[in-house]
Amino acid sequence: MQRIFEKLLAIDRRIIFLVIFLALSIPIFLGIKINIKVTDEVQIFYDAISSLPSGSRIMVACDYDPGSEPELQPMAESGFRYFIQNNLRFVIIGLWPQGPMQANKALVSINEAKDEFIVENGDTLYFGTDLIVVGPDTARYGIDFVNLGFQAGNELVIQRMGSSIKAAFASDLRLGKPIEEFDIMRGLNQLSDFDFIFNLSAGYPGTVEWVQFAVDRFHVACGAGNTAVQAPQVYPYLDSGQLSGLMGGMKGAAELEKVVGHKAKATMFMVSQTAAHIFVILFIVIGNIAYFATRGKSGRKG
Amino acid sequence: MADMFSDWFSIIAACAIWLGALNLLKISLNKIYKKDKDRFYAVVTIISFLLIVIAGFFFSGGRRFQEPGTSFDWLYINVYSPLSATMFAMLAFYVASASYRAFRARNAQATILLLAAFVVMIGRTPFSDWLSGVFFLPEGWQISNLSNIIMNFFNVAGQRAIMIGISLGLISTALRVILGIERTYLGGD
Repeated sequence: MQRIFEKLLAIDRRIIFLVIFLALSIPIFLGIKINIKVTDEVQIFYDAISSLPSGSRIMVACDYDPGSEPELQPMAESGFRYFIQNNLRFVIIGLWPQGPMQANKALVSINEAKDEFIVENGDTLYFGTDLIVVGPDTARYGIDFVNLGFQAGNELVIQRMGSSIKAAFASDLRLGKPIEEFDIMRGLNQLSDFDFIFNLSAGYPGTVEWVQFAVDRFHVACGAGNTAVQAPQVYPYLDSGQLSGLMGGMKGAAELEKVVGHKAKATMFMVSQTAAHIFVILFIVIGNIAYFATRGKSGRKG
Repeated sequence: MADMFSDWFSIIAACAIWLGALNLLKISLNKIYKKDKDRFYAVVTIISFLLIVIAGFFFSGGRRFQEPGTSFDWLYINVYSPLSATMFAMLAFYVASASYRAFRARNAQATILLLAAFVVMIGRTPFSDWLSGVFFLPEGWQISNLSNIIMNFFNVAGQRAIMIGISLGLISTALRVILGIERTYLGGD
């Protein structure tokens, strides 16, 4: 028995890698249906966005990169889908250089009219970039949404937007047109003109900075989606009411998919995550049993 | 005045990106020149850097280089994005391996940490509801509820303590600098 425990302790880590790989990949193909329970944090976020009147303008701050895509991209897609279906207009920005491109990726992903275009007044409008189709609803670039791109400067960009959005973002990402030429930007002069901020954050600069500057200083309501690693740092802001909802990791993304009524990637991947968590716990338990079983003997030897 | 400083900060931050890129090139070229043992990685770095810069500047429609469908976007979606995601995904494997070897209930504190980790890890999955049902746990004692209690109370208390500690540290350091007690940033002792 002792030898078995000793062998367990010296197990090749490639075996652990293989088990985790199988735990993550097999559930994807099994099509297991799971029931996601919506937590208060996500319900608060949903209540906040569902209470916004039609035509409200939301700032979507995408502060993440592809490394956090499995957790945050489903939140972006669910958020955009909900905004378009409920006639909520949105302005995309990024304090991370990759953020606005991740937003583009999410919009292309939710667009249901692939490789199609229309010609209007001599202009060719492409679905996926100029027009986004979600079921019977359509969002049009410049009118219903706009992407202002990335701006360097971290929290000082937020501070600058507090007095003038144009000073921080003079033109948009796609066309390079001055922002005041877009229909959606009419009357949007400073941060407090937004009805809500939806922040997707994987670190610094991110949710903490949006709360400290946009919420506390300029009094704009903000809801956030964070990676599972970052979420615990943000909980104090949720508890104090400074944050209007929080989605943490893939679980938060799956909960958002449930409340908005469109189960997608996060719900599917939650099965894999559950399996991986179970195996990690099993590893820890086995590791501890083996450790304590062999420790006594090695102690006597010593 | 605050707006002016913000503008200048943005300008300096934008310039710093260029500085960073040029510094990366300099370090990589130096490695190749000195025939460092890691010079092959430096070659890959330079080629990748030049590839994305050239694709962005000359083959992606100028200003609209980040548009879906451009060469820059193709590289972002098909090269940068999977590589970046892979780096992060590998964490899962290393975490599993490390937790097997290092996460031990050696003393009371480590055991509490271990139990809290179990509850949060299980509580953050739908498996917790199934498990709570198997053991007929009452509503308040269900694993997902215990996980929420840990996150909303113990975690919040700990995070607040860290925030307050950092703030006090920042204030004391600022005072030391303002009063001239702290001079190490000037190169002195």
